[in-house]
Amino acid sequence: MILDGRIWVLDDDDINTDVIYPGKYTYEPFGPEEMAKHALEDFDPDFASKVEEGDIIVAGRNFGCGSSREQAVTSLKFAGIRAIVAESFARIYYRNAINQALVVIDCADASRFARKNKEKVHGSRARIDTENGRLEILGEEFSFVPLSGKALEIFDAGGLVEYTKRRLASS
Amino acid sequence: MGKTLIEKILAAASGEKEVRAGEIVFARPHMILSHDNSAAISKIFFDMGAKKVWNPSRVFIALDHAVPPPDWKKAQNHKIIRNFVEEQGIENFYEAGTGICHQVLPEYGHVIPGVVILGSDSHTTTHGAFGAAGIPIGRTETASVWALGETWLKVPETIKIVLNGRLQENVYPKDVILHVIGRLTADGASYKAVEFHGDVVRSMGISGRMTICNMAAEMGAKAGMVPFDDVAREWFDSLGITQYDIVLPDEDAAYEKVYEFDCSQITPQVAKPHKVDNVVPVSELGEVEIDEALLGTCTNGRVEDLRIAAEILEGKKVAKGVRLLVYPASRKVLEEALSLGIVEKIVKAGGEVAVPACGPCLGAYGGVLAPGERAVSSANRNFKGRMGCSEDTGIYLASPATVAASALAGRIVVP
Ligand code: SF4
Repeated sequence: MILDGRIWVLDDDDINTDVIYPGKYTYEPFGPEEMAKHALEDFDPDFASKVEEGDIIVAGRNFGCGSSREQAVTSLKFAGIRAIVAESFARIYYRNAINQALVVIDCADASRFARKNKEKVHGSRARIDTENGRLEILGEEFSFVPLSGKALEIFDAGGLVEYTKRRLASS
Repeated sequence: MGKTLIEKILAAASGEKEVRAGEIVFARPHMILSHDNSAAISKIFFDMGAKKVWNPSRVFIALDHAVPPPDWKKAQNHKIIRNFVEEQGIENFYEAGTGICHQVLPEYGHVIPGVVILGSDSHTTTHGAFGAAGIPIGRTETASVWALGETWLKVPETIKIVLNGRLQENVYPKDVILHVIGRLTADGASYKAVEFHGDVVRSMGISGRMTICNMAAEMGAKAGMVPFDDVAREWFDSLGITQYDIVLPDEDAAYEKVYEFDCSQITPQVAKPHKVDNVVPVSELGEVEIDEALLGTCTNGRVEDLRIAAEILEGKKVAKGVRLLVYPASRKVLEEALSLGIVEKIVKAGGEVAVPACGPCLGAYGGVLAPGERAVSSANRNFKGRMGCSEDTGIYLASPATVAASALAGRIVVP
Protein backbone atom coordinates (compact mmCIF):
# COMPACT_ATOMS: atom_id res chain seq x y z
CA MET A 1 0.00 0.00 0.00
CA ILE A 2 1.24 3.51 -0.89
CA LEU A 3 0.10 6.36 1.33
CA ASP A 4 0.61 10.03 0.57
CA GLY A 5 -0.61 12.51 3.16
CA ARG A 6 -0.17 15.76 4.99
CA ILE A 7 1.96 15.60 8.14
CA TRP A 8 1.03 16.61 11.67
CA VAL A 9 4.14 16.76 13.83
CA LEU A 10 3.12 16.07 17.43
CA ASP A 11 6.32 17.21 19.06
CA ASP A 12 6.32 15.25 22.30
CA ASP A 13 7.22 11.90 23.85
CA ASP A 14 4.82 9.76 25.88
CA ILE A 15 1.67 11.13 24.21
CA ASN A 16 -0.77 9.08 26.25
CA THR A 17 -4.22 7.76 25.51
CA ASP A 18 -5.80 10.20 27.98
CA VAL A 19 -4.77 13.17 25.85
CA ILE A 20 -5.59 11.31 22.63
CA TYR A 21 -9.06 10.38 23.86
CA PRO A 22 -10.09 11.78 27.26
CA GLY A 23 -11.16 9.31 29.93
CA LYS A 24 -14.35 11.24 30.60
CA TYR A 25 -15.76 10.06 27.25
CA THR A 26 -14.68 6.44 27.44
CA TYR A 27 -17.95 5.18 28.88
CA GLU A 28 -20.14 7.37 26.70
CA PRO A 29 -21.74 5.20 24.03
CA PHE A 30 -20.27 7.31 21.20
CA GLY A 31 -20.07 6.04 17.63
CA PRO A 32 -16.76 6.41 15.80
CA GLU A 33 -17.72 9.70 14.08
CA GLU A 34 -18.55 11.24 17.45
CA MET A 35 -15.30 9.87 18.89
CA ALA A 36 -13.39 11.54 16.06
CA LYS A 37 -14.62 14.95 17.23
CA HIS A 38 -12.69 14.49 20.47
CA ALA A 39 -9.47 13.14 18.98
CA LEU A 40 -6.39 14.63 20.64
CA GLU A 41 -8.65 17.07 22.45
CA ASP A 42 -6.39 17.44 25.48
CA PHE A 43 -3.23 17.70 23.37
CA ASP A 44 -4.32 20.14 20.67
CA PRO A 45 -7.92 21.40 20.92
CA ASP A 46 -7.81 22.52 17.26
CA PHE A 47 -6.79 19.13 15.90
CA ALA A 48 -10.27 17.68 15.37
CA SER A 49 -11.49 20.68 13.37
CA LYS A 50 -8.36 20.96 11.20
CA VAL A 51 -7.46 17.34 10.50
CA GLU A 52 -8.20 16.09 6.98
CA GLU A 53 -8.80 12.71 5.44
CA GLY A 54 -5.47 11.05 4.63
CA ASP A 55 -3.34 12.98 7.15
CA ILE A 56 -0.33 11.35 8.78
CA ILE A 57 0.88 11.84 12.36
CA VAL A 58 4.57 11.91 13.26
CA ALA A 59 5.26 11.76 17.00
CA GLY A 60 8.00 10.93 19.48
CA ARG A 61 8.73 8.05 21.79
CA ASN A 62 6.21 5.76 23.49
CA PHE A 63 3.19 7.03 21.55
CA GLY A 64 -0.13 5.83 22.99
CA CYS A 65 1.07 4.90 26.46
CA GLY A 66 -1.34 4.63 29.34
CA SER A 67 -4.85 3.20 29.29
CA SER A 68 -5.61 0.41 26.83
CA ARG A 69 -8.65 2.24 25.45
CA GLU A 70 -9.13 1.52 21.75
CA GLN A 71 -10.98 4.77 21.19
CA ALA A 72 -7.52 6.32 21.13
CA VAL A 73 -7.03 4.44 17.85
CA THR A 74 -10.63 4.64 16.59
CA SER A 75 -10.92 8.39 17.16
CA LEU A 76 -7.77 9.13 15.13
CA LYS A 77 -8.72 6.68 12.40
CA PHE A 78 -12.19 8.18 11.95
CA ALA A 79 -10.75 11.69 12.16
CA GLY A 80 -9.02 10.77 8.89
CA ILE A 81 -5.54 9.77 10.07
CA ARG A 82 -4.14 7.10 7.74
CA ALA A 83 -0.82 6.40 9.44
CA ILE A 84 1.10 7.17 12.59
CA VAL A 85 4.88 7.30 12.53
CA ALA A 86 6.62 7.38 15.91
CA GLU A 87 10.01 6.85 17.45
CA SER A 88 8.31 4.02 19.34
CA PHE A 89 4.83 2.93 20.37
CA ALA A 90 3.35 1.69 23.62
CA ARG A 91 2.70 -2.00 23.22
CA ILE A 92 -1.07 -2.05 23.64
CA TYR A 93 -1.53 0.94 21.35
CA TYR A 94 0.52 -0.78 18.66
CA ARG A 95 -1.55 -3.95 18.93
CA ASN A 96 -4.83 -2.03 18.99
CA ALA A 97 -3.80 -0.18 15.85
CA ILE A 98 -2.97 -3.39 13.97
CA ASN A 99 -6.21 -4.91 15.18
CA GLN A 100 -8.05 -1.95 13.65
CA ALA A 101 -5.90 -1.94 10.52
CA LEU A 102 -4.45 1.51 11.12
CA VAL A 103 -0.89 1.84 9.78
CA VAL A 104 1.62 2.31 12.60
CA ILE A 105 5.29 2.72 11.80
CA ASP A 106 8.17 2.44 14.23
CA CYS A 107 10.80 4.68 12.71
CA ALA A 108 13.08 6.53 15.12
CA ASP A 109 15.07 8.31 12.40
CA ALA A 110 12.02 9.75 10.68
CA SER A 111 10.55 10.82 14.01
CA ARG A 112 13.72 12.61 15.08
CA PHE A 113 14.12 14.24 11.68
CA ALA A 114 10.53 15.51 11.69
CA ARG A 115 10.74 16.87 15.20
CA LYS A 116 14.05 18.56 14.57
CA ASN A 117 12.73 20.25 11.44
CA LYS A 118 9.27 20.69 12.84
CA GLU A 119 8.58 24.11 11.25
CA LYS A 120 9.22 22.77 7.76
CA VAL A 121 7.84 19.27 8.19
CA HIS A 122 4.54 20.17 9.85
CA GLY A 123 2.03 20.51 7.02
CA SER A 124 4.35 19.04 4.37
CA ARG A 125 3.65 15.66 2.77
CA ALA A 126 4.90 12.18 3.59
CA ARG A 127 4.97 9.24 1.21
CA ILE A 128 4.85 5.77 2.72
CA ASP A 129 5.34 2.40 1.06
CA THR A 130 4.05 -0.02 3.71
CA GLU A 131 5.04 -3.22 1.93
CA ASN A 132 8.64 -2.28 1.28
CA GLY A 133 9.16 -0.31 4.46
CA ARG A 134 10.04 3.02 2.87
CA LEU A 135 9.08 6.48 4.04
CA GLU A 136 9.87 9.88 2.51
CA ILE A 137 9.66 13.28 4.20
CA LEU A 138 10.94 16.48 2.53
CA GLY A 139 13.03 14.41 0.13
CA GLU A 140 14.68 12.46 2.97
CA GLU A 141 14.31 8.67 2.75
CA PHE A 142 13.82 6.47 5.78
CA SER A 143 13.31 2.75 6.12
CA PHE A 144 11.34 0.69 8.61
CA VAL A 145 10.53 -2.96 9.21
CA PRO A 146 7.26 -3.82 7.44
CA LEU A 147 4.61 -5.94 9.16
CA SER A 148 4.87 -9.67 8.77
CA GLY A 149 3.45 -12.97 10.03
CA LYS A 150 0.29 -13.08 12.15
CA ALA A 151 0.19 -9.32 12.55
CA LEU A 152 0.18 -8.85 8.76
CA GLU A 153 -2.51 -11.50 8.36
CA ILE A 154 -4.74 -9.60 10.78
CA PHE A 155 -3.95 -6.26 9.15
CA ASP A 156 -4.65 -7.63 5.67
CA ALA A 157 -7.95 -9.10 6.77
CA GLY A 158 -8.95 -5.50 7.55
CA GLY A 159 -8.47 -5.89 11.27
CA LEU A 160 -9.18 -8.36 14.01
CA VAL A 161 -12.97 -8.20 13.65
CA GLU A 162 -12.78 -9.42 10.07
CA TYR A 163 -10.06 -11.91 10.93
CA THR A 164 -12.15 -13.45 13.72
CA LYS A 165 -15.23 -13.49 11.50
CA ARG A 166 -13.31 -15.50 8.91
CA ARG A 167 -12.01 -17.92 11.49
CA LEU A 168 -15.45 -18.43 13.00
CA ALA A 169 -16.94 -18.94 9.55
CA SER A 170 -14.34 -21.54 8.64
CA SER A 171 -14.61 -23.50 11.88
CA MET B 1 20.47 -21.24 28.75
CA GLY B 2 17.55 -21.24 31.19
CA LYS B 3 14.10 -19.80 30.76
CA THR B 4 12.47 -16.71 32.20
CA LEU B 5 9.13 -16.90 33.97
CA ILE B 6 7.19 -15.49 31.03
CA GLU B 7 8.81 -17.95 28.61
CA LYS B 8 7.67 -20.83 30.80
CA ILE B 9 4.21 -19.48 31.37
CA LEU B 10 3.61 -18.75 27.69
CA ALA B 11 4.89 -22.19 26.72
CA ALA B 12 2.35 -23.77 29.07
CA ALA B 13 -0.47 -21.48 27.93
CA SER B 14 0.16 -22.24 24.26
CA GLY B 15 0.74 -25.96 24.69
CA GLU B 16 4.30 -25.74 23.36
CA LYS B 17 7.21 -27.60 24.86
CA GLU B 18 9.31 -24.50 24.95
CA VAL B 19 9.17 -21.00 23.58
CA ARG B 20 11.73 -18.21 23.35
CA ALA B 21 11.54 -14.43 23.46
CA GLY B 22 10.61 -13.09 20.01
CA GLU B 23 8.42 -16.03 19.00
CA ILE B 24 4.73 -15.50 18.33
CA VAL B 25 2.42 -17.95 20.06
CA PHE B 26 -1.29 -18.48 20.40
CA ALA B 27 -1.97 -18.37 24.13
CA ARG B 28 -5.06 -19.61 25.91
CA PRO B 29 -5.93 -17.66 29.06
CA HIS B 30 -6.86 -19.11 32.44
CA MET B 31 -9.22 -16.17 32.70
CA ILE B 32 -10.15 -13.23 30.50
CA LEU B 33 -11.00 -10.10 32.49
CA SER B 34 -13.12 -7.10 31.60
CA HIS B 35 -15.26 -4.54 33.42
CA ASP B 36 -17.66 -1.75 32.43
CA ASN B 37 -16.13 -1.96 28.97
CA SER B 38 -17.84 -5.36 28.55
CA ALA B 39 -20.86 -3.72 26.87
CA ALA B 40 -18.64 -2.28 24.16
CA ILE B 41 -16.78 -5.58 23.88
CA SER B 42 -20.03 -7.51 23.51
CA LYS B 43 -20.98 -5.27 20.60
CA ILE B 44 -17.71 -6.07 18.81
CA PHE B 45 -18.22 -9.73 19.71
CA PHE B 46 -21.55 -9.83 17.91
CA ASP B 47 -20.14 -7.75 15.01
CA MET B 48 -17.62 -10.55 14.59
CA GLY B 49 -20.50 -12.91 13.98
CA ALA B 50 -19.88 -14.73 17.25
CA LYS B 51 -22.87 -16.15 19.10
CA LYS B 52 -21.56 -17.86 22.23
CA VAL B 53 -18.44 -17.24 24.28
CA TRP B 54 -16.02 -20.14 23.91
CA ASN B 55 -16.11 -20.99 27.61
CA PRO B 56 -18.37 -19.19 30.12
CA SER B 57 -16.30 -20.44 33.07
CA ARG B 58 -13.22 -18.60 31.79
CA VAL B 59 -14.85 -15.20 31.41
CA PHE B 60 -14.57 -12.77 34.31
CA ILE B 61 -16.52 -9.51 34.46
CA ALA B 62 -16.69 -7.06 37.39
CA LEU B 63 -18.61 -3.78 37.30
CA ASP B 64 -16.34 -1.15 38.81
CA HIS B 65 -15.61 1.83 36.58
CA ALA B 66 -18.83 3.80 37.14
CA VAL B 67 -20.28 2.59 40.44
CA PRO B 68 -22.92 3.55 41.32
CA PRO B 69 -23.65 4.85 37.82
CA PRO B 70 -23.69 8.67 37.85
CA ASP B 71 -26.12 8.98 34.93
CA TRP B 72 -28.61 6.91 32.97
CA LYS B 73 -26.24 6.13 30.13
CA LYS B 74 -23.78 4.47 32.45
CA ALA B 75 -26.64 2.69 34.22
CA GLN B 76 -27.79 1.42 30.85
CA ASN B 77 -24.26 0.29 30.09
CA HIS B 78 -24.40 -1.90 33.21
CA LYS B 79 -27.80 -3.20 32.17
CA ILE B 80 -26.46 -4.28 28.78
CA ILE B 81 -23.67 -6.17 30.55
CA ARG B 82 -26.06 -7.90 32.97
CA ASN B 83 -28.18 -9.05 30.03
CA PHE B 84 -25.13 -10.33 28.22
CA VAL B 85 -23.93 -12.20 31.32
CA GLU B 86 -27.36 -13.78 31.73
CA GLU B 87 -27.74 -14.77 28.10
CA GLN B 88 -24.20 -16.19 27.84
CA GLY B 89 -24.23 -17.91 31.23
CA ILE B 90 -20.99 -16.16 32.25
CA GLU B 91 -19.94 -17.80 35.50
CA ASN B 92 -17.64 -15.21 37.01
CA PHE B 93 -19.71 -12.05 37.11
CA TYR B 94 -19.38 -9.61 40.01
CA GLU B 95 -22.00 -6.97 40.58
CA ALA B 96 -21.31 -3.28 41.07
CA GLY B 97 -20.10 -2.76 44.61
CA THR B 98 -18.10 -5.99 44.86
CA GLY B 99 -14.96 -4.07 44.01
CA ILE B 100 -12.35 -3.21 41.41
CA CYS B 101 -11.73 -5.98 38.87
CA HIS B 102 -8.04 -6.41 39.76
CA GLN B 103 -8.88 -6.87 43.43
CA VAL B 104 -11.95 -9.06 42.94
CA LEU B 105 -10.32 -11.51 40.51
CA PRO B 106 -7.70 -12.79 42.98
CA GLU B 107 -9.97 -12.43 46.03
CA TYR B 108 -12.45 -14.87 44.55
CA GLY B 109 -9.79 -17.34 43.53
CA HIS B 110 -9.65 -16.69 39.78
CA VAL B 111 -5.88 -16.54 39.54
CA ILE B 112 -3.41 -19.34 40.21
CA PRO B 113 0.35 -19.38 39.71
CA GLY B 114 1.83 -20.11 36.30
CA VAL B 115 -1.16 -19.17 34.15
CA VAL B 116 -1.99 -16.35 31.75
CA ILE B 117 -4.64 -13.84 32.77
CA LEU B 118 -5.65 -11.70 29.82
CA GLY B 119 -7.49 -8.51 30.58
CA SER B 120 -9.11 -5.66 28.74
CA ASP B 121 -7.59 -3.22 31.18
CA SER B 122 -4.06 -1.88 31.21
CA HIS B 123 -3.49 -2.76 34.86
CA THR B 124 -4.04 -6.46 34.31
CA THR B 125 -0.32 -6.65 35.13
CA THR B 126 -1.45 -6.64 38.80
CA HIS B 127 -1.98 -10.42 38.69
CA GLY B 128 1.74 -10.98 38.36
CA ALA B 129 1.81 -10.65 42.16
CA PHE B 130 0.57 -14.25 42.26
CA GLY B 131 3.25 -15.76 40.06
CA ALA B 132 0.98 -15.59 37.00
CA ALA B 133 1.32 -13.45 33.87
CA GLY B 134 -1.31 -10.71 33.76
CA ILE B 135 -1.28 -9.39 30.21
CA PRO B 136 -3.36 -6.39 29.12
CA ILE B 137 -5.03 -6.48 25.70
CA GLY B 138 -7.51 -4.24 23.88
CA ARG B 139 -11.28 -4.49 23.55
CA THR B 140 -11.34 -5.94 20.05
CA GLU B 141 -8.82 -8.56 21.11
CA THR B 142 -10.93 -9.36 24.14
CA ALA B 143 -13.96 -9.87 21.92
CA SER B 144 -11.87 -12.14 19.75
CA VAL B 145 -10.71 -14.11 22.81
CA TRP B 146 -14.33 -14.47 23.96
CA ALA B 147 -15.06 -15.96 20.54
CA LEU B 148 -11.95 -18.06 19.92
CA GLY B 149 -10.46 -18.71 23.36
CA GLU B 150 -6.98 -17.62 22.32
CA THR B 151 -4.98 -14.72 21.01
CA TRP B 152 -1.60 -14.11 19.44
CA LEU B 153 1.18 -12.89 21.69
CA LYS B 154 4.80 -12.19 21.08
CA VAL B 155 6.95 -13.78 23.77
CA PRO B 156 8.66 -10.74 25.33
CA GLU B 157 12.20 -10.31 26.58
CA THR B 158 12.44 -10.00 30.34
CA ILE B 159 13.93 -7.28 32.51
CA LYS B 160 14.98 -8.43 35.97
CA ILE B 161 14.60 -5.86 38.71
CA VAL B 162 16.33 -6.74 41.96
CA LEU B 163 15.14 -4.79 44.98
CA ASN B 164 17.60 -5.20 47.82
CA GLY B 165 18.01 -3.63 51.24
CA ARG B 166 15.53 -2.70 53.95
CA LEU B 167 12.83 -0.11 53.65
CA GLN B 168 12.88 2.88 55.97
CA GLU B 169 9.93 3.20 58.29
CA ASN B 170 7.86 5.67 56.29
CA VAL B 171 8.65 4.03 52.96
CA TYR B 172 6.21 1.64 51.29
CA PRO B 173 6.00 -0.52 48.16
CA LYS B 174 4.45 2.45 46.32
CA ASP B 175 7.53 4.57 47.03
CA VAL B 176 9.76 1.77 45.78
CA ILE B 177 7.93 1.36 42.49
CA LEU B 178 7.71 5.12 41.92
CA HIS B 179 11.45 5.30 42.45
CA VAL B 180 12.03 2.45 39.99
CA ILE B 181 9.77 4.06 37.36
CA GLY B 182 11.57 7.36 37.84
CA ARG B 183 14.82 5.61 36.98
CA LEU B 184 13.62 3.32 34.20
CA THR B 185 11.19 5.92 32.70
CA ALA B 186 7.67 5.52 31.30
CA ASP B 187 8.84 3.32 28.43
CA GLY B 188 11.72 1.65 30.26
CA ALA B 189 10.04 -1.75 30.03
CA SER B 190 8.06 -1.24 26.83
CA TYR B 191 7.03 -4.58 25.24
CA LYS B 192 9.00 -6.38 27.98
CA ALA B 193 8.11 -8.62 30.87
CA VAL B 194 9.45 -7.59 34.27
CA GLU B 195 10.45 -9.96 37.06
CA PHE B 196 10.79 -8.52 40.55
CA HIS B 197 13.39 -10.17 42.78
CA GLY B 198 15.35 -9.35 45.95
CA ASP B 199 14.95 -9.15 49.74
CA VAL B 200 12.50 -6.28 49.63
CA VAL B 201 10.17 -8.25 47.35
CA ARG B 202 10.50 -11.47 49.31
CA SER B 203 9.51 -9.74 52.54
CA MET B 204 6.68 -7.85 50.87
CA GLY B 205 3.11 -9.04 51.45
CA ILE B 206 0.69 -9.80 48.62
CA SER B 207 -0.78 -6.31 48.86
CA GLY B 208 2.57 -4.61 48.21
CA ARG B 209 3.34 -7.03 45.42
CA MET B 210 0.05 -6.14 43.77
CA THR B 211 1.04 -2.47 43.99
CA ILE B 212 4.39 -2.96 42.25
CA CYS B 213 2.99 -5.29 39.59
CA ASN B 214 0.07 -2.91 39.01
CA MET B 215 2.48 -0.07 38.33
CA ALA B 216 4.74 -2.13 36.07
CA ALA B 217 2.18 -1.04 33.46
CA GLU B 218 3.46 2.52 33.89
CA MET B 219 6.87 1.46 32.57
CA GLY B 220 5.16 0.01 29.52
CA ALA B 221 5.58 -3.60 30.70
CA LYS B 222 3.58 -6.40 29.10
CA ALA B 223 3.62 -8.21 32.43
CA GLY B 224 5.14 -7.52 35.86
CA MET B 225 5.68 -10.61 37.98
CA VAL B 226 6.86 -11.79 41.36
CA PRO B 227 7.96 -15.44 41.24
CA PHE B 228 5.89 -17.76 43.41
CA ASP B 229 7.15 -18.25 46.99
CA ASP B 230 5.95 -18.95 50.53
CA VAL B 231 4.18 -15.60 50.83
CA ALA B 232 2.10 -16.51 47.77
CA ARG B 233 1.60 -20.05 49.04
CA GLU B 234 0.18 -18.78 52.32
CA TRP B 235 -2.15 -16.50 50.47
CA PHE B 236 -3.48 -19.35 48.30
CA ASP B 237 -3.73 -21.60 51.36
CA SER B 238 -5.89 -18.99 53.08
CA LEU B 239 -8.31 -19.19 50.15
CA GLY B 240 -8.22 -22.98 50.17
CA ILE B 241 -6.57 -23.09 46.73
CA THR B 242 -4.04 -25.91 46.54
CA GLN B 243 -4.36 -27.21 42.98
CA TYR B 244 -1.79 -25.48 40.82
CA ASP B 245 1.58 -26.01 39.16
CA ILE B 246 4.44 -23.96 40.49
CA VAL B 247 6.33 -22.27 37.68
CA LEU B 248 9.61 -20.53 38.50
CA PRO B 249 12.25 -18.80 36.36
CA ASP B 250 15.51 -20.72 35.92
CA GLU B 251 18.57 -19.55 37.84
CA ASP B 252 20.41 -19.07 34.54
CA ALA B 253 17.52 -17.48 32.66
CA ALA B 254 18.45 -15.10 29.86
CA TYR B 255 17.45 -11.60 30.92
CA GLU B 256 17.67 -8.67 28.58
CA LYS B 257 18.74 -6.39 31.41
CA VAL B 258 19.21 -6.60 35.15
CA TYR B 259 18.71 -3.55 37.36
CA GLU B 260 19.64 -3.60 41.02
CA PHE B 261 18.36 -1.11 43.55
CA ASP B 262 19.45 -0.53 47.11
CA CYS B 263 16.07 0.30 48.59
CA SER B 264 17.50 1.28 51.99
CA GLN B 265 18.30 4.66 50.46
CA ILE B 266 14.79 5.36 49.20
CA THR B 267 12.74 8.04 50.97
CA PRO B 268 9.03 8.77 50.34
CA GLN B 269 8.57 9.52 46.63
CA VAL B 270 6.10 11.49 44.56
CA ALA B 271 5.39 11.50 40.81
CA LYS B 272 4.77 15.08 39.73
CA PRO B 273 2.37 16.11 36.95
CA HIS B 274 1.84 15.08 34.21
CA LYS B 275 4.05 12.03 33.79
CA VAL B 276 4.40 8.98 35.99
CA ASP B 277 8.19 8.96 35.64
CA ASN B 278 8.51 12.55 36.83
CA VAL B 279 9.54 11.28 40.25
CA VAL B 280 11.28 13.15 43.08
CA PRO B 281 11.62 12.58 46.83
CA VAL B 282 8.75 14.28 48.69
CA SER B 283 11.38 16.14 50.71
CA GLU B 284 12.59 17.91 47.56
CA LEU B 285 9.15 18.84 46.28
CA GLY B 286 8.80 22.28 47.87
CA GLU B 287 5.47 23.82 48.83
CA VAL B 288 2.56 22.15 47.00
CA GLU B 289 -0.93 22.84 48.34
CA ILE B 290 -3.72 20.39 47.56
CA ASP B 291 -7.49 20.48 47.15
CA GLU B 292 -8.15 16.76 47.03
CA ALA B 293 -6.54 13.64 48.42
CA LEU B 294 -7.52 10.32 46.85
CA LEU B 295 -6.93 7.18 48.84
CA GLY B 296 -7.76 3.82 47.27
CA THR B 297 -7.92 2.42 43.72
CA CYS B 298 -6.51 -0.87 42.42
CA THR B 299 -3.01 0.41 43.18
CA ASN B 300 -3.42 1.19 46.87
CA GLY B 301 -6.93 0.43 48.09
CA ARG B 302 -6.30 -2.64 50.22
CA VAL B 303 -6.60 -3.14 53.99
CA GLU B 304 -2.88 -2.59 54.50
CA ASP B 305 -3.08 0.74 52.66
CA LEU B 306 -6.16 1.93 54.53
CA ARG B 307 -4.65 0.85 57.85
CA ILE B 308 -1.49 2.88 57.30
CA ALA B 309 -3.57 5.92 56.36
CA ALA B 310 -5.92 5.44 59.33
CA GLU B 311 -3.03 5.34 61.77
CA ILE B 312 -1.82 8.69 60.47
CA LEU B 313 -5.33 10.19 60.48
CA GLU B 314 -6.38 8.88 63.88
CA GLY B 315 -7.53 11.60 66.25
CA LYS B 316 -6.76 14.37 63.75
CA LYS B 317 -8.75 16.37 61.20
CA VAL B 318 -8.31 16.75 57.45
CA ALA B 319 -7.12 20.31 56.65
CA LYS B 320 -9.76 22.92 55.92
CA GLY B 321 -10.51 23.15 52.21
CA VAL B 322 -9.19 19.64 51.47
CA ARG B 323 -11.45 16.73 50.61
CA LEU B 324 -10.17 13.26 51.41
CA LEU B 325 -11.89 10.70 49.19
CA VAL B 326 -11.54 7.05 50.07
CA TYR B 327 -12.36 4.26 47.63
CA PRO B 328 -11.64 0.79 49.06
CA ALA B 329 -10.58 -1.73 46.41
CA SER B 330 -13.35 -4.20 47.28
CA ARG B 331 -16.24 -4.98 49.56
CA LYS B 332 -14.12 -7.59 51.32
CA VAL B 333 -11.51 -4.91 51.97
CA LEU B 334 -14.21 -2.56 53.23
CA GLU B 335 -15.68 -5.23 55.52
CA GLU B 336 -12.32 -6.02 57.01
CA ALA B 337 -11.48 -2.34 57.40
CA LEU B 338 -14.81 -1.86 59.17
CA SER B 339 -14.24 -4.69 61.59
CA LEU B 340 -10.71 -3.47 62.36
CA GLY B 341 -11.94 0.04 63.18
CA ILE B 342 -10.01 1.49 60.26
CA VAL B 343 -13.02 3.05 58.60
CA GLU B 344 -14.09 4.76 61.82
CA LYS B 345 -10.73 6.47 62.17
CA ILE B 346 -10.82 7.68 58.58
CA VAL B 347 -14.40 8.94 58.78
CA LYS B 348 -13.84 10.71 62.11
CA ALA B 349 -10.85 12.50 60.60
CA GLY B 350 -13.16 13.83 57.88
CA GLY B 351 -12.58 11.26 55.14
CA GLU B 352 -15.42 10.55 52.71
CA VAL B 353 -15.59 6.78 52.37
CA ALA B 354 -17.23 5.66 49.13
CA VAL B 355 -18.46 2.41 47.63
CA PRO B 356 -15.68 0.01 46.52
CA ALA B 357 -15.00 1.07 42.91
CA CYS B 358 -12.63 3.07 40.70
CA GLY B 359 -14.07 6.47 41.64
CA PRO B 360 -12.34 9.56 40.26
CA CYS B 361 -9.24 7.56 39.27
CA LEU B 362 -10.38 7.64 35.65
CA GLY B 363 -12.02 11.04 35.83
CA ALA B 364 -15.53 9.98 34.93
CA TYR B 365 -17.38 10.63 38.19
CA GLY B 366 -17.20 10.48 41.97
CA GLY B 367 -14.90 13.36 42.89
CA VAL B 368 -13.38 14.86 39.76
CA LEU B 369 -11.22 17.99 39.98
CA ALA B 370 -12.26 21.55 39.11
CA PRO B 371 -10.13 23.84 36.93
CA GLY B 372 -7.11 25.04 38.84
CA GLU B 373 -7.34 22.28 41.45
CA ARG B 374 -4.60 19.93 42.51
CA ALA B 375 -4.68 16.43 43.95
CA VAL B 376 -2.44 14.01 45.75
CA SER B 377 -3.44 10.44 44.90
CA SER B 378 -2.55 6.86 45.72
CA ALA B 379 -3.54 5.79 42.18
CA ASN B 380 -1.23 4.96 39.29
CA ARG B 381 -1.60 7.73 36.71
CA ASN B 382 -1.14 11.49 36.77
CA PHE B 383 -1.74 12.31 33.12
CA LYS B 384 -3.25 15.66 32.29
CA GLY B 385 -6.99 15.51 32.73
CA ARG B 386 -6.89 12.00 34.19
CA MET B 387 -9.10 13.05 37.10
CA GLY B 388 -11.71 14.59 34.86
CA CYS B 389 -10.45 18.12 34.24
CA SER B 390 -7.83 19.09 31.68
CA GLU B 391 -7.39 22.46 33.40
CA ASP B 392 -6.40 20.97 36.72
CA THR B 393 -3.04 22.03 38.08
CA GLY B 394 -1.81 18.54 38.52
CA ILE B 395 -2.07 15.11 40.09
CA TYR B 396 0.73 13.99 42.40
CA LEU B 397 1.10 10.24 42.92
CA ALA B 398 2.28 8.97 46.27
CA SER B 399 1.91 6.26 48.90
CA PRO B 400 -1.22 6.01 51.09
CA ALA B 401 0.86 7.32 53.99
CA THR B 402 1.91 10.42 52.05
CA VAL B 403 -1.69 10.91 50.88
CA ALA B 404 -3.00 10.76 54.46
CA ALA B 405 -0.32 13.01 55.92
CA SER B 406 -0.83 15.50 53.10
CA ALA B 407 -4.61 15.53 53.62
CA LEU B 408 -3.97 16.61 57.23
CA ALA B 409 -1.38 19.23 56.28
CA GLY B 410 -3.23 20.67 53.27
CA ARG B 411 -0.02 20.37 51.28
CA ILE B 412 2.18 17.48 50.21
CA VAL B 413 4.39 16.41 53.10
CA VAL B 414 6.61 13.54 54.15
CA PRO B 415 4.55 11.10 56.24
S1 SF4 C 1 -8.88 1.96 39.93
FE1 SF4 C 1 -8.17 3.30 38.30
S2 SF4 C 1 -6.41 2.27 37.40
FE2 SF4 C 1 -7.51 0.76 38.65
S3 SF4 C 1 -8.87 -0.31 37.20
FE3 SF4 C 1 -10.01 1.40 38.11
S4 SF4 C 1 -9.75 3.13 36.71
FE4 SF4 C 1 -8.17 1.60 36.23
